[in-house]
Amino acid sequence: MRTNPRMHRGGLSDEDNRAALRAYWKRNLHFTLVLLSIWFLAGYVVAILLAPTLSQVDFLGGPLGFWFAQNGAIYVFWLLIFVYAIGMNRIDREFDVEE
Amino acid sequence: MGAQIYIALAVILTFGLYIGIAVWSRVSTTKGFYVAGQGVPAVFNGMATAADWMSAASFISMAGLIAFLGFDGSVYLLGWTGGYVLLALLLAPYLRKFGKFTVPAFIGDRYYSGTARVVAAFCAIAISFTYVAGQMRGAGIVFSRFLEIPIGWGVAVGMTVVAFYAVLGGMKGITWTQVVQYVVLITAFLIPAIALAIILTGIPVPQVAFPGVASRLDGLMTELGFSAYTAAFTEISRLNVFLIALALMCGTAGLPHVIIRFYTTKTVKAARWTGVFALLFIGLLYTTAPAVAVFAKYNFLQTVVGQPYEQRPDWFRSWEATGLIEFADKDGDGMMNYGPGAFTDPESANELRIDPDIMVLASPEIGGLGDIILALVVAGGLAAALSTASGLLLVIASSFSHDIYKAFIRRHASEQEELLVARSAMLLAVLFAGLLGVYPPAFVAEVVAFAFGLAAASFFPAIVLGIFDPRTTKEGAISGMVFGLLFTGFYIITVAPGIGIGWRPWLFGISPQGIGAVGMILGFAVSWSVSRVTPKPPDTVQDLVEGIRYPRGSAAPIEH
Repeated sequence: MRTNPRMHRGGLSDEDNRAALRAYWKRNLHFTLVLLSIWFLAGYVVAILLAPTLSQVDFLGGPLGFWFAQNGAIYVFWLLIFVYAIGMNRIDREFDVEE
Repeated sequence: MGAQIYIALAVILTFGLYIGIAVWSRVSTTKGFYVAGQGVPAVFNGMATAADWMSAASFISMAGLIAFLGFDGSVYLLGWTGGYVLLALLLAPYLRKFGKFTVPAFIGDRYYSGTARVVAAFCAIAISFTYVAGQMRGAGIVFSRFLEIPIGWGVAVGMTVVAFYAVLGGMKGITWTQVVQYVVLITAFLIPAIALAIILTGIPVPQVAFPGVASRLDGLMTELGFSAYTAAFTEISRLNVFLIALALMCGTAGLPHVIIRFYTTKTVKAARWTGVFALLFIGLLYTTAPAVAVFAKYNFLQTVVGQPYEQRPDWFRSWEATGLIEFADKDGDGMMNYGPGAFTDPESANELRIDPDIMVLASPEIGGLGDIILALVVAGGLAAALSTASGLLLVIASSFSHDIYKAFIRRHASEQEELLVARSAMLLAVLFAGLLGVYPPAFVAEVVAFAFGLAAASFFPAIVLGIFDPRTTKEGAISGMVFGLLFTGFYIITVAPGIGIGWRPWLFGISPQGIGAVGMILGFAVSWSVSRVTPKPPDTVQDLVEGIRYPRGSAAPIEH
């Protein structure tokens, strides 16, 4: 048996409850979309398309564009997942849908 | 070779450890066998995911490949890490909330179609087998090169150990051995890298040291007539770097053996944290690999190129015997000349043929690090091969026992019966994978490279739409998967060197490795359009899609 997706929380009518869940999902989508835009910017625009331009700048004794494509972008990816985990857990608590 | 004693010791010690874990982590339920009882803490699950993910190729071949591609090697670094962002944000929490044991089970339920489930199960099995053959082969090659055991025996030893912990412990045994395997492989990768960083720059952090060495390397390369190491798009065009990275990222997120690791956590929250730890542990190797590439190449150019062959370093002599490095004195001056052009071309000035694998395998010797480190690298290479193999074997076993046997052949099979089938399937899969390792079909190596594109064009759109778009219908999903697969497959077959019929890349010069990205976008478009003109999915599916949006209740009892 699957648990009912429309969970009942104390003191909320069915209608309010559904509206709250819809608001939760909207926040979730918005947050995810912002993070994915940064993912695209870092992984494709900066690391690949702008690499030759950025490589004219010096970083750690080597070309910046090269460093970003081979190391920097990976740090950004990790940060995104980290921020997602923290942020989503907070949103879960705020909307009272956490486990 | 005194090193052999250390290597044998390292192998016996680590293998003994894996077998010990197998005995300790026996399971007696299907939940234990498929998803380790859903009780793996996020940190350890992150380590297990990292070991699962980083294959013999990541450990042994990737740094060497980057050393030869220079900047353009970034496609592998970006592609194989960026995929975790997609996995962690778009798939993992929702599939964990869904709460079933396999990826085909999700496809089947979400698209209300038993046929879709079986097709997905067969795809998962096929993808996993092409992969696992390479792992077994990798383990066999490591055995044969370092311990002078025939490849067949090496594969047999590796198989026996994997069979032991995977059959007894299922996902639980696999998870805990992977945790140990991660520690072994990352130690083995980092120690030589740190030592080389200190030797070359005095800085003990490879990630900080390598850009400086890279610009020194630029100088050496241009002197020899190559383009600069850090110059972009010299080996792969800008468009192809973009598309290959995209295909690898989406393929990563669509590979079943990676996805199921997120099923093993207790809660949705822990699934999110698994992503954080997984990329942390993976990133440790992936940010070090470009440094190893730069150090190894720099050392190589410094100590070998332009030197007299008679005074070649000791490591050169020992690796010459394995055929991984070769010298032909074309101009008869006794010097080892190196430059652009093919080694096989008698007219070119290039007198050296170097197998990319040598960059990691020989790095302890190039750095003068001694036999104990060498033994560690061997144990690390084996850990990388075995940990990935076991994760893939679990997908094969569970796809068969859960999605084909239990779902179709004998619906009323008891849990004990299903578990027995799962164990037998695992044993057979290990044997079959071993055979593929000893007698590799000629095309395996080439096919593995395209598995990502195929996964990106088929599984990825179906799963993402299944989660985010309640309107996607059975017809939409199936037509998208079939179209993505056929389009990508057709392009690969017509264009890919080695397996193809040898056409020129007929679509904007796109490389067959990158075509999966185009296939994926087309797959999304087809699924979306077909879904809009076919009957709405039933209400139960709407409930399912809505149910996975909210984390609460993931730990609730679920009937499978």
